Amino acid sequence: MRSVLSRQEPAPPEETMGEPRARGRFGEYGGRYAPESLVEACREVEEAFRQAWADPGFRNTLADLLAVHAGRPTPLTPARRLSQALGVRLYLKREDLTHTGSHKINNVLGQALLATRMGRRRLIAETGAGQHGVATATAAALLGLRATVFMGERDMERQALNVFRMRMLGAEVVPVTAGSRTLKDATSEAMRHWVGVTGEAHYCVGSVVGPDPYPWMVREFQRVIGDEARAQFAAEVRTGVPDHVVACVGGGSNAAGTFAGFADTAARLFGVEAEGGAGAGRGRLGVLHGCRSLFLQDDDGQITEAHSIAAGLDYPGVGPEHAHLRDLGRARYVTVGDEEAIGAAVRLARTEGIVPALESAHALAWVIRAAGSGELAAGSTVLMTLSGRGDKDVSTLKELL
Amino acid sequence: MTNPTLAAGAVERHLRARRDAGRGLLMPYVTGGVTPGWTDHLRAFAAAGADAIEVGLPFSDPTLDGLTIQQASQTALARGASTRRILADLAGTGDLGVPLVVSTYYNLVLHDGPEAFCAALSRAGVGGLIVPDLPVHEAGELTDVAAAAGVEVALLASPSTPQARLARIAERSRGFVYAVSVMGTTGERAGLAASAAELAGRVRDVTDRPLLLGFGISSPEQAREARRHADGVVVGAAVMRRVLDGAGPDDLRAFLLTLRQALDQECDRPR
Repeated sequence: MRSVLSRQEPAPPEETMGEPRARGRFGEYGGRYAPESLVEACREVEEAFRQAWADPGFRNTLADLLAVHAGRPTPLTPARRLSQALGVRLYLKREDLTHTGSHKINNVLGQALLATRMGRRRLIAETGAGQHGVATATAAALLGLRATVFMGERDMERQALNVFRMRMLGAEVVPVTAGSRTLKDATSEAMRHWVGVTGEAHYCVGSVVGPDPYPWMVREFQRVIGDEARAQFAAEVRTGVPDHVVACVGGGSNAAGTFAGFADTAARLFGVEAEGGAGAGRGRLGVLHGCRSLFLQDDDGQITEAHSIAAGLDYPGVGPEHAHLRDLGRARYVTVGDEEAIGAAVRLARTEGIVPALESAHALAWVIRAAGSGELAAGSTVLMTLSGRGDKDVSTLKELL
Repeated sequence: MTNPTLAAGAVERHLRARRDAGRGLLMPYVTGGVTPGWTDHLRAFAAAGADAIEVGLPFSDPTLDGLTIQQASQTALARGASTRRILADLAGTGDLGVPLVVSTYYNLVLHDGPEAFCAALSRAGVGGLIVPDLPVHEAGELTDVAAAAGVEVALLASPSTPQARLARIAERSRGFVYAVSVMGTTGERAGLAASAAELAGRVRDVTDRPLLLGFGISSPEQAREARRHADGVVVGAAVMRRVLDGAGPDDLRAFLLTLRQALDQECDRPR
């Protein structure tokens, strides 16, 4: 049984964030739009995931790894001084305190464990901000797997420290020079590479994107954020469930994992996108990297470059389940620009002693804005996932502040 | 198996007729809009004895293409190529005497919707369509409207495709079956992969639809070998590397003639 619902006990909304419908569909989104050469590999991943997820042994092993290696459960931290200033009760789910410094480790440990179960000895991954790459390199080292991480050249410059970390962990980092030399190009390159190595390598997708079963599987591996937060919130706060749940959205994995813990409650869900990467807000229907979702495109149907100071948010689309949640009205998607995010990062540092990743700072910036405008009612409770810590961004911030 | 007489459209009729006459099929590829006057390449292809011509509509994020076609796509897009402009160019090219087959990623099909997209292909004189990221289980949305517009959607088969699925692909495919010779992306390769013969044999077991082998076929020797297993070949990166290196229509015709001759010689062998 779930913990106690909020005071009004309204009927739960339509069943959402369960298993996708046939052919990996969330509403009209999702699917497996992969080259034929990858279809069998996707099917094998789906079958392995279904079996593993139904296997208490697998789940126990994963839970153990998350506890002893990744540092779960992460705390729920009341942001006391900031809450007082904003007039709302803000709680931070501290994914920044995980080993490797972001929520990415939750999914990667799950997939790396799955890969070993499938007999794969190698992980391939794409990365933008470097956090997923670092998490993949970490899990590979932990489980004795090889790791190859594809990263856009531009992101490698912006996140040089993470490149070094990955290499130190023993991963091969492959620069991607195509297109905008950022996350979307790294993703394309990882898919192209996967076609040739499906028998030996598991493609460890870093967000709730990609062909079925990835959006579903990654959300399930990230569900630990929402499930933990819900139990912690129920223990901490009389209302049991927060009034508002907020998370930043690039592809949308930390948001999906967070939302999954609250989809059956009355909590209002908010996904915060970067202004220059607002797939849910400004994207149109399309197919990219194996799934049908909302993507930024020009008038000719070419995928356009996303722009954000947060490398993890400049993916030009969102995961298919977010597109579906948007259509259902179950989650609202809003945008925040670079400057507002930087301001929020500084404010959190100075009021709570926490330097957030610039991705998470977007979510916080919206909370600050919405509290100021009254959109978040005075005294209401807000749960915000702090998806990662700001260490990787300090050099960016140093140049701007 | 589908009744070939009922199922066959113009592309399939054309390819079947040539195949049944004992000819090895040659389908060269060009990225639409890659150079000024790119449609001259189509005439060179036809003059060199192409049996069908594949025209790629460039996409910003080609997940199944190797470096050469990626570069060609980027070059074309940088020149302002778009679906609309390329189809307008094709419409202005006149009858080449061989069917035109467009290939592109599904995002460009969805952009205006499958119905409008196929109608535009049809108006431009295009009879066939290849969508590498639209596998058979997702293809229903496109195949029916394509058929209504007289466009034959050719599906891809891969060395990793299980046999039951291969039968489904062969049954749903129109025009021909495109057998991907290797687990990899498009691009020139030193030799024909062993997986090519194995896959071709498995496709043969489930259909008599024309069967073209593609991915990596870049020399007369490889074309000849491919012809031993399939009805013909698709040659993309080997053509586009030459185009990117500055080859003109005459150079391309000369190159394709070597493939044509290899295929013809192979046909002369006792089978």
